[in-house]
Amino acid sequence: MNPVLLRSMLLVFAASVVGSFGAVFLKFGSATVGRSLITFVNRNLVLGVALYLGSSVFYALGLKDGQVSVLYPMVSLGYVWTMVWSRIFFKETFNTQKLVGLGLVLLGVVFVGMGSS
Amino acid sequence: MSSPAVVSAPQDDPAARRRKSIFLVFCCTVLGAAAQIFMKLGMEHFTLSLPALLTNYLLILGYGLYGINTLLLIVALRDGELSMLYPIIALTYVWVTLLSYTLLHEPPNVYKNIGITTIMIGVAVLGRGGKK
Repeated sequence: MNPVLLRSMLLVFAASVVGSFGAVFLKFGSATVGRSLITFVNRNLVLGVALYLGSSVFYALGLKDGQVSVLYPMVSLGYVWTMVWSRIFFKETFNTQKLVGLGLVLLGVVFVGMGSS
Repeated sequence: MSSPAVVSAPQDDPAARRRKSIFLVFCCTVLGAAAQIFMKLGMEHFTLSLPALLTNYLLILGYGLYGINTLLLIVALRDGELSMLYPIIALTYVWVTLLSYTLLHEPPNVYKNIGITTIMIGVAVLGRGGKK
């Protein structure tokens, strides 16, 4: 495999993992959020937003010179990690609709990636 | 300042809270797509100087929409399941594709059309899959 593509794939992979933890911390931090904006300033939400920003830097670097048709579907790996973390950290259950829905979303993103190359 | 207990009191009905959280994420995807388009347009005349950045209204608008997007997502996550809500964000692909066709005049593409249709079906299935 050519080293540029491999580098891009690693960056996008890292971005998907970092971003999925961003979602986990946003969920943790959301518990105490109320109507006032000041309630949005808490440690978990700041960390969640920081992880999101971090992952977007990895995405930008990865997508800059890689093939979008390969990388786009990898971007959506973040949805898979997030579903796993929701089960581990928030005791959410898997059911048929969630798994089928996620599968269709991933398939759709693969097609969008194919059309974007 | 309102306490969380006061805010969540009128929404005791779990089904209504679930619908509200799905609706909020739906709004997030529209805002996120608009943000991406504004940022793309703003980047077309991007120069790395403070006066240029401060007058790049499209870029500023794009970032502002992302900020609002994040706040809405947080409120949605408070009231709904992460595993159901998070993949719905893929709807952003649908809006970005449609906006690129109409605003950026990109040629329609059969793979993209199949992709966004599949994503919409997937999101519809997810929306039925949350805890009842």
